[in-house]
Amino acid sequence: MNRSSHKSPGFVQKYIFSTDHKTIGIQFLITSLFMLFFGGLLAMLIRWQLGWPGHSLAFMEKIAPEGMPGGIMVPEYFNMLFTMHGSVMIFFAIIPLLVGVFGNYLIPLKIGAGDMAFPRLNMISFWLVPVSIAIVCTGFFLQGGAAASGWTAYAPLSTTMGPGQLCWIIGVIVLGSSSIMGAVNYITTIINLRAPGMTYFRLPMSIWALFITAIITVLATPVLASALILLLLDSTLGTSFFLPAGMIIDGVLQPNAGGQALLWQHLFWFYSHPAVYIMILPAMGIASEVIPVFARKPLFGYHSMVWAIMAIAILGFLVWAHHMFTSGMNPALGTSFMASTMVIALPSAIKTFNWLGTLWRGSIRLTTPMLHALAFVSMFVIGGLTGIFAAASTVDLYLHDTYFIVGHLHYVLFGGSLFGIFAGITFWFPKMFGRLLNETLGKIHFALTLIFFNGVMFPMFILGVAGMPRRIYDYTQYAHLAHVGGLNRMMSVSAFCLGAAQLIFMFNFFWSMYRGKKAGENPWQANTLEWATASPPPHGNFEKTPTVYHGPYEYSVPGRKDDWLPQHQPAK
Amino acid sequence: MLRRFCIRWIPAFISWLVAPSWVFAFSRSGARVWLPEGISTVAPEIDRLFYIVLVLTSVVFVLVQGTLLVFLVRYRRRPGRKASYSHGNYRVEVVWTLIPAIILIWLAFQNQRVWSKVRGTPPPADLEVEVTAEQFAWNIRYAGQDGAFNTQDDVLTINQLHLPIHQTILIHLKSKDVIHSFFVPQFRFKQDVVPGLTTHVWLSATKSGQYEIACAELCGLGHYRMRGFLTVESPEAFTAWLAEMFKEQTAS
Repeated sequence: MNRSSHKSPGFVQKYIFSTDHKTIGIQFLITSLFMLFFGGLLAMLIRWQLGWPGHSLAFMEKIAPEGMPGGIMVPEYFNMLFTMHGSVMIFFAIIPLLVGVFGNYLIPLKIGAGDMAFPRLNMISFWLVPVSIAIVCTGFFLQGGAAASGWTAYAPLSTTMGPGQLCWIIGVIVLGSSSIMGAVNYITTIINLRAPGMTYFRLPMSIWALFITAIITVLATPVLASALILLLLDSTLGTSFFLPAGMIIDGVLQPNAGGQALLWQHLFWFYSHPAVYIMILPAMGIASEVIPVFARKPLFGYHSMVWAIMAIAILGFLVWAHHMFTSGMNPALGTSFMASTMVIALPSAIKTFNWLGTLWRGSIRLTTPMLHALAFVSMFVIGGLTGIFAAASTVDLYLHDTYFIVGHLHYVLFGGSLFGIFAGITFWFPKMFGRLLNETLGKIHFALTLIFFNGVMFPMFILGVAGMPRRIYDYTQYAHLAHVGGLNRMMSVSAFCLGAAQLIFMFNFFWSMYRGKKAGENPWQANTLEWATASPPPHGNFEKTPTVYHGPYEYSVPGRKDDWLPQHQPAK
Repeated sequence: MLRRFCIRWIPAFISWLVAPSWVFAFSRSGARVWLPEGISTVAPEIDRLFYIVLVLTSVVFVLVQGTLLVFLVRYRRRPGRKASYSHGNYRVEVVWTLIPAIILIWLAFQNQRVWSKVRGTPPPADLEVEVTAEQFAWNIRYAGQDGAFNTQDDVLTINQLHLPIHQTILIHLKSKDVIHSFFVPQFRFKQDVVPGLTTHVWLSATKSGQYEIACAELCGLGHYRMRGFLTVESPEAFTAWLAEMFKEQTAS
């Protein structure tokens, strides 16, 4: 295709209904950062209730007169808050940030392609996201509020809920379609559009991670979509896929017969456990990308890193029922899922050791992206290790559905995914907008985020060990939780500080977009192909399709003056 | 030079060191927040496994975070020093794959031993109780004199579960409506209660006293107040209480 024949596109075509993967990536970025902020606000309301149960938050009466009459939260509203916090963060923040932003922005640039294989499909996959957000959030304005049965929407509870729950189901189906479209596009692009010389084992780790993530998405998301459709039928048309005979709800005998409540959990976790890896693999890819650049050293064990990702992807499909040790499924199944879960800890351990190996005898520069990538490693280790408590099925009998699990998942999804996302945004910001973020503000944001993140999430483990159930509106009535108020208040204060610290990031982001120092092509002196073109790259990405001569991590090659060797430059 | 070092490194150290101390500064005040007292025969075994995992993970935690910090200082950028050019080390990778593998396999066996005891075939029961959960209460049914459920002499209570100490008790869990979860922290286990399924759990209490049953699976707006009361008492006291309940029931 002759790129110069393009007519200069109008505003709408350029910024709104664009088929350029870079514009779509930035659209994903702005949308999902906004949703991240919204999800964080929901979390702070949850923390208000947990820190000061039953205390009035006067201004909320104006915003939610039914949920917080007189500023005092009602239980239904609390249930809605944690349901929507989880749903917004997982479906509209973490997954779009990792897969939507970095998948779209980086894949063509890093493999040396002009754009995605299916640019129009790509545009649709983005525009389904706001549609999905709109559908799910419509629930806030309906009778009974938005979904309130947990982000896991366990049947039969979810089938007894109001219209907000239906919005949630339909919205998540729409989002699933968007993910599938994106994934098909990524897979096709990576297989077909690699630049000459870009063999599979010269792909940067972030691309490997996104590639495997896309394969997981294509295999797992249809299962979720079909389960959601069944749930929708159960909720509206009176079918009985998940509803057994003899249920008496609100004093009325239900007409259903023959369904299995646990079937929903099996189908849901068959998607949602692989989805956990959808939410961590790209972050691992980002860390593997950022750490070598700022350690000025090749990635330690590139091949085993690739095999580890593949192992995680395959094993990720065999561990789903470790979410169900207490569910009442056959205890023999518990044994096999305990064993497979122990096995999946291994590739994650290998990856951690390889990141440490990359730092070993490096020349480490603590830039903002590097700090976030290191925090990713450090916090992910806590998330991974606490997973072993939950994997030991007998210990899980006690810890399941307590705050221990909430702590574990936040160390993986915030400590892991979100620090990975911050590393990625701060690393590629200069490429996306042509300007550098402010380093000082970046470091202040990093330090405050790390401190207050631990301040909120670490005590969750202690609360879980003390037996505090999750999703509980008022823990003060339980005798064994009479003394956890102080810890909860400290977590809430940390949560508010954590939220406030994100304003620094927001300010830095938008201020630097216009006022930051000009970045130039390659501000980090990195090797991969996206740094071989202008910042931001022009439509079509490269003046001339680059040829690739070596792997992505040739740093500090002996006998060279520079300590980096770009992929598109021959060694001599 | 010193100034540059400070600017670069102080934020990193502060955040890594302050983060945990911030937590402990607060959590030290007030009563100890930790495992509640264990009062079932399996509780010590589950606790033992918990502490095994805690020790293992703590060791790995200290090693990994310590290595990270040491590397950050030792291999920080210094003028005139170049990073080494290495793509990895096959032997090291094999070692750090095998060691965790062995530990995890050992842990799986340790876990399985306790799991098969807690969740395997229950031992012969001295007493059977039927617990039916509903939004938002626990309905308790004792078989009464004849030892058979759903007969005239069944004893029914709401939210009051009494159990004789040192006896093997088999609980049949049922749900009327949505999924609930039967959770007694002091017994160290929970079991989901699923409509359409009857789940059986066994236990034997080792200490008498008053405890609480919490619902641990979100079951609707009253989930947080779905609280039951558990009394563990001597077999004599239990029999007397049961007779009392039966009398009250037939009188009304």
